[in-house]
Amino acid sequence: MKHLSEFRDPSLSRSLLARLRTTATRPARIMEVCGTHTMAIFHHGLRSMLPQGVELISGPGCPVCVTSGGDIDAFIKIASRKNVRVAIFGDLLRVPGNNGSLADAAASGAKVELVYSAMDALALAEKYPEELIVFLSVGFETTSPTVAATILAASQTETRNFCVYTSNKTIDPALELLLNDPDLQLDGLLCPGHVATIIGAHAFVPMAQRFKIPCVIGGFEPADIISALLLLLEQVNEGRHEVENGYERAVSWQGNPRARELSAKVFSKGESSWRGLGLLAKSGLTIRDEYSRYDAKERLGITAKEVPEPAGCLCGAILRGQKQPPHCPLFSKGCTPASPIGPCMVSSEGTCAAWHRYGGQQ
Amino acid sequence: MCLAVPLEVIEIIGSPDDPLSQPTARVASSGIEKEVRLDIIDRWPARGDYVIVHAGFAIHTLDPVEAARNLELMRQMARANAASKKA
Amino acid sequence: MKLKQIMLDHGSGGLASQELIEKLFLRYLDHPLLADMEDSAVFSVPGTRLAMSTDSYVVDPLFFPGGDIGQLAVHGTINDLAMRGARPLYLSLAFILEEGLSYGELEKIIRSIAQASKDAAVPIITGDTKVVERGKADKIFINSTGLGVVAPDCQISLTRARPGDKIIISGPMGDHGLTIMSQRSGLSLSGDLASDTMPLHGLVEQLLDEFGPAIHTLHDPTRGGVATGLNEIASHSKVALEIMEAALPIRPQVAAGCEILGLDPLYLANEGKVLIFVAADKAQGLLNLAHSRPEGREAAIIGQVQEGPAGRVSLITAIGGSRLLTPLQGQPLPRIC
Repeated sequence: MKHLSEFRDPSLSRSLLARLRTTATRPARIMEVCGTHTMAIFHHGLRSMLPQGVELISGPGCPVCVTSGGDIDAFIKIASRKNVRVAIFGDLLRVPGNNGSLADAAASGAKVELVYSAMDALALAEKYPEELIVFLSVGFETTSPTVAATILAASQTETRNFCVYTSNKTIDPALELLLNDPDLQLDGLLCPGHVATIIGAHAFVPMAQRFKIPCVIGGFEPADIISALLLLLEQVNEGRHEVENGYERAVSWQGNPRARELSAKVFSKGESSWRGLGLLAKSGLTIRDEYSRYDAKERLGITAKEVPEPAGCLCGAILRGQKQPPHCPLFSKGCTPASPIGPCMVSSEGTCAAWHRYGGQQ
Repeated sequence: MCLAVPLEVIEIIGSPDDPLSQPTARVASSGIEKEVRLDIIDRWPARGDYVIVHAGFAIHTLDPVEAARNLELMRQMARANAASKKA
Repeated sequence: MKLKQIMLDHGSGGLASQELIEKLFLRYLDHPLLADMEDSAVFSVPGTRLAMSTDSYVVDPLFFPGGDIGQLAVHGTINDLAMRGARPLYLSLAFILEEGLSYGELEKIIRSIAQASKDAAVPIITGDTKVVERGKADKIFINSTGLGVVAPDCQISLTRARPGDKIIISGPMGDHGLTIMSQRSGLSLSGDLASDTMPLHGLVEQLLDEFGPAIHTLHDPTRGGVATGLNEIASHSKVALEIMEAALPIRPQVAAGCEILGLDPLYLANEGKVLIFVAADKAQGLLNLAHSRPEGREAAIIGQVQEGPAGRVSLITAIGGSRLLTPLQGQPLPRIC
């Protein structure tokens, strides 16, 4: 696998790790913003190899984890309607709301289809012309343009039995909230690689300057992650706070303007409710009036209600980086991936699920 | 937050100038093939190019020069270690 | 958690399945031979030891690259018998057919069953057919039960893995699971993928003839994959297992498909693989013999058994890190995150 195997060479990772150990001369708290990073860090057993004093804090970049309980409840309400078939990414199936998950709804007779792409959801509209196909959309900047392109494709083909419930979010308002938290004391941000593919490395510059925090964009192979951490620690040692791009093969300084334009054509920014973080201004994507016929909220008259977090669940504090999963009284006791209470236990990239699965206590 | 993998373009269907042509490409890795959309790609790829694919959409066409530089930078960082050990 | 209704996850072979079995079935059905939860039950009747196993097959699609539901029904039950060191003697087959199933499709399945049974030299000696109304089943479900004989001194069991044992897998993992998943609508993944379905009793018989008592545990990592199978053995045998990621055999196309869909091949089903726990001094000899047979041509040593902590399976990653390998939770799902 070209562009993958050479970055996977274990000897490269081991040399980089050795270098990381000599560079880690003082304690550093680094937040890996992206859930896919959290997952990769556990998957490769990286935590067990990091130098002492380098602490990794998981951030809010897991789209299904930050999807509010109210949105999940709305998803289930939609899925339970007659003549409706919902399409979702597999990530969303087991996420619990107040009234169970979409998996529970499916077992009770709701029509729930797993898709790999928003476009596959649109294809269902042709397959089931008698039904309304509702794509339940979650995701950050990388995923949102794919949903926009799908809505544009539906508009071009004048597909009528298709619409989208958007719970899509942008990451910067959440990061700003966290960086404003005086208790969090972060020394650096490992920035999400594939989000940066779209928004560009330059998008992190205002944050790095305003909060005087080193920002390094990292890829997802072990060598990518270790070298990004290395760049972060060098900045910490030298007192710099810049944006550096450690994932140049996938991320350019300016990003992907075409994807951003498509996204902006279909979506406008609005407030969005985040699990654990609450209501954040300009953090959500809403379908523009021009495409309102594809907006499930308009079409079905469904709005999400605010719901309280499950009792005892620390997902909010965990998503804010204030707590680690073992601090939660429910962790691996009442709350496991098989019967999750909070969203961080559901998604395979959720912080709690990753700790549970890969034995993060070590 | 977003899984994405580099895959090789083996066939292009549609054109960048005609949005109604369903811009798609067949991509492959180790003999596994998949059709992906090119609607949001940053640079229209050619056969043999590698694209990064997320959720069925190609989101970036890899530039071999950038990829090589990316790898070289990492190797340099790794080598710096060997050098500092000697010193 | 109190179970309210049966979910697809309860059939995944992971923790949800285990929970259903332990909390419901074993609560009412508690014969020790059943409660052992082995691949098949071994018991004595005057003069001989028998192994018995049953399994149901509901795969969708019915036909897939490398096999079909009929072959699975024959191979799966033969393999469950072989995992206790039994020589499979006979099979029974029971069919639940959905009204409207095409005769041609059914004939194709039956022909395939006949061929699989002939090739394995395990005859089908009793059977049953029921037809249910359209919508009450999905085309065809097959149950098969098998009976085999076990040598008097054969002690192979999930409980007998010993510290020091080497762990061998008979070939690359994940082929069946990814093949089935790639056939499902929506994923549109194509390429050189095929199920690995095959009977393993020939391989097992020859390994036992040669290495008999040195082989402690055999297990076919079907639903739940290699990771779940290893966990079952670690907890039944009250030992710890250490697996080397770099040693795990996997075909490049399966690795690529997993990469694209966000799946972990350690959790994908296999239908023609066996995990073998063998005394360390016999491991290389056993591996060489396995390599000489088609079922084991790509066999590899993937790890070893340690004293404890009991039930723990750890993976040494390619870059030298260490992490826990837990059993599958629910069904494996393709993901984008």
